[in-house]
Amino acid sequence: MTIAARPGRAVGAPLRREGPAKLTGTALYTDDLVFPGGWYGTTIRSTEPRARLVAIDLDPAFDWSRVAVVTADDIPGDNVVASIAADQPILVPVGGEIRHQAEPVALLAAADRETLREARLRVRLRTEALPPVFDPLASTVEFARYDLAKGDVDAGLASADLVVQGTYRVGHQEQLYIENNAMIAVPRAGGGVIVHGSLQCPYYVHKALKRGLRIGSEQAQVVQAETGGGFGGKEEYPSMIGLHAALLALRTQRPVRMIYDRHEDLAATTKRHPAIVTHRTGVMRDGRVVAQDIDLVLDGGAYTTLTPVVLSRATIHAGGPYDIPNVRIRGRAVMTNTPPNGAFRGFGAPQSEFAAETQLNRVAEAIGMSPLDVRRRNVYRLGGITPTQQVLRGGVAGEEVLERAAEASEFDRVRVRTAESRGRRSPRDRTARGIGLALAWHGAGFTGSGEAKMGSVVSVELSGDGVVRILTASTEMGQGTKTIFPQLVAAELGLPIEAVEMAPQDTALVPDSGPTVASRTAMVVGGMTIQAARRLREAVEGRTGRPFATSYRDDAADHGATRIDQAFEPYPGVGFDDATYTGDAYPAFGWAAAVAEVEVDLDTFEVAVRSIVAVDDVGRVIHPVLCEGQVEGGTLQAVGYATIEEIKLLDGRYLNDRLQTYLIPTALDAPRIETILVESPFAGVPHGAKGVGELPMDVGAPAVVAAIHDATGAWIHDLPATPERIMAALVGIDPPGPPGISTVSPRRAADGDTER
Amino acid sequence: MSYHLTVNGTATEVAVPGMRRLLDVLREDLGLTGSKEGCGEGECGACTVLIDGAVAVSCLVPVCQVDAAVITTVEGLATPTTGLSSLQQAFLETGGAQCGICTPGMLLSGQAFLDSGAEPTDDAIREAIAGNLCRCTGYTKIVEAVALAAGRRDETGA
Ligand code: FES
Ligand code: FES
Repeated sequence: MTIAARPGRAVGAPLRREGPAKLTGTALYTDDLVFPGGWYGTTIRSTEPRARLVAIDLDPAFDWSRVAVVTADDIPGDNVVASIAADQPILVPVGGEIRHQAEPVALLAAADRETLREARLRVRLRTEALPPVFDPLASTVEFARYDLAKGDVDAGLASADLVVQGTYRVGHQEQLYIENNAMIAVPRAGGGVIVHGSLQCPYYVHKALKRGLRIGSEQAQVVQAETGGGFGGKEEYPSMIGLHAALLALRTQRPVRMIYDRHEDLAATTKRHPAIVTHRTGVMRDGRVVAQDIDLVLDGGAYTTLTPVVLSRATIHAGGPYDIPNVRIRGRAVMTNTPPNGAFRGFGAPQSEFAAETQLNRVAEAIGMSPLDVRRRNVYRLGGITPTQQVLRGGVAGEEVLERAAEASEFDRVRVRTAESRGRRSPRDRTARGIGLALAWHGAGFTGSGEAKMGSVVSVELSGDGVVRILTASTEMGQGTKTIFPQLVAAELGLPIEAVEMAPQDTALVPDSGPTVASRTAMVVGGMTIQAARRLREAVEGRTGRPFATSYRDDAADHGATRIDQAFEPYPGVGFDDATYTGDAYPAFGWAAAVAEVEVDLDTFEVAVRSIVAVDDVGRVIHPVLCEGQVEGGTLQAVGYATIEEIKLLDGRYLNDRLQTYLIPTALDAPRIETILVESPFAGVPHGAKGVGELPMDVGAPAVVAAIHDATGAWIHDLPATPERIMAALVGIDPPGPPGISTVSPRRAADGDTER
Repeated sequence: MSYHLTVNGTATEVAVPGMRRLLDVLREDLGLTGSKEGCGEGECGACTVLIDGAVAVSCLVPVCQVDAAVITTVEGLATPTTGLSSLQQAFLETGGAQCGICTPGMLLSGQAFLDSGAEPTDDAIREAIAGNLCRCTGYTKIVEAVALAAGRRDETGA
């Protein structure tokens, strides 16, 4: 066995480091933190999709002396939540434009919740309605646009034996971390604030505080509390909440708690972007796809937030993991008067790959080929060239994950069986079973030049008292960051894992290692951690002439502390040109396949997903248990996306903004998930890991939809595949409205104040 | 009003309004923040505790209803002498806790299932934790953890 000798591969899997604290209830999440004398904060939000804010009226009959009120006028710095663009205000100013429902307008704080509740009722927003835009196809405001081209699409389509066309729509999806968003701000003795919170990216909040409060780096301190799930949903909105809590804390000179309840979290915070994707695919009778013409529109909601980056990933992944000679992909992201959409596991790829995979299954059906064979024919192989002209030089495992999934699920055999039972089906049958397959790729780390621009730093130090410590801003929110980093460093230094500490994620202590997003933690930050550890080892061994493990304590005693700051070094041979949008869009790709088996109730059209075989190429497995956990969790989120998770909107407001109405899968709804991990390493990092977080999210939904088709013969083009949509497809009646788009109440429609 | 509760084996008295949620009494009056709030409306199970041995969502229980009751929270599962409970240990080994926010509630539903002596089939375990939402794990490793703890219980006859 070579496993133990591999860099980064621990001997045996250590137990999750913070596991005991989480299991005994002693892990402290934001709402568990106690700050004596703290007040409670709340947010006054708009109740219209678009309007001019004329005035904020405080009821004079109410005793306001017990309540702190903050409006846009009280913001010391720029009234902007710092992100890609400077368009989103911290609070809508009087005279300014409300651009979506549940937009923050004013903040209140009080010593107790009852006073706060009462005060909320005594605030009135006076507004003048403006016509909102809900239909992304009617929007005239574009946040971003990318055009990719390879070969000659028109010639390719003209030469094809058959051209298949299809339009696919997906709606919003809520991250639904079980811990709601929560931030607590505490005034700092030397000016500024300390913000404790549930968050993924301490330095995003840090940057937002500096700009909004006009304070220096030292005065803005951000500390991550134990975080009860993120999935992208705590990437950007914590900047907004952190600013709100900080404004109230500075006003009251007390700690202020902004703890969202589920309703507020659902109503106001970011969701997965709805998308409309249209495909024209040219295919030859032998299964070779010769042309893909793809048009993709993402609904960004009311502000730019992270939409341009989500769009670029959606666009680059839109063709799926297939080497097609002629490709044209046009991606646009537009503004609508709905709450801004943002990051959610997969970051644009699940939307566009659902469309790509469903389209390919329809193409296979049109030429009478099996879904497995059409993929074998077209999947990327070593040396394949992507639509950004990236040459795939290593770690290409599309074929392998496909074959492993087909084998483990006995795809061909089961498919023959389901086809037979479909042929024999009688009106008395109550259920139908089906099997479906999907394949995906997922670019590891940031898109394009993102990582190089970020300039991340990780530190590993040997303290004067002989303790090895990792300093990184990468956050733990369930994935196991606090376990795998010590594992990597311990392996590099030849120490037991217990000998390596993790510094807390506190901007006063750790450098900016970039955000905990894009599945970049294990690959990018993990790689830098190993590099830093290696340099530390070399420094110590150079001085002591003995192996690190036996000499580091002596070295610390003789020589004092040693700290290595490791900056990100671009991977050799990886380059991207932003101007032409060509080159290596990602340093590496992960590959995933899923086979789903479903049972469709032929009376109610409800779908039960029975089992999923998930095969994921993660480069290298650092910790098998944690890695499988990522695949299983991501797979179930994809099943929810495919079958039940949908947000309905009325006048731009989320209607099902409670946990009673926004449903996610329970243990009873969850399929049996079999995970198979494949290792096709990325050569640019010492440990070969390519990340795992997002991969499973890309394949689950198209696999389930393919299985529904196998069971019933109906193609579902819109997610989620609800009973209504399945019934509509089978019975030939009109489907329910497209997902992700707001309906307009009769009053509003009568006023004619909607641009559609 | 004042109410008498036995929480994790310790008799306590709290003087609070009768409609105060048991969850708030535990978290804010008794400082037992292991029980979590994920929805406040009985849907997520993060606030699950045992009341006289039965599973209950503490966000929907006014304290007046549990006067004289015996309450078990996550803080009552491990003991300083024996360390992690068998179920907690199983969660740790199988990877049943990721972000950990659902874990206290899961543990109590799992513990009630173990205490019931029911046969630990996959379906029965899933039924037992169906009121506890987890967004991280896909439930696979949670089910494994309960099964593992049940297996060890049966082996040792404990
Ligand atoms: S907080 Fe009690 S069930 Fe969700
Ligand atoms: S472990 Fe995160 S919600 Fe269950």
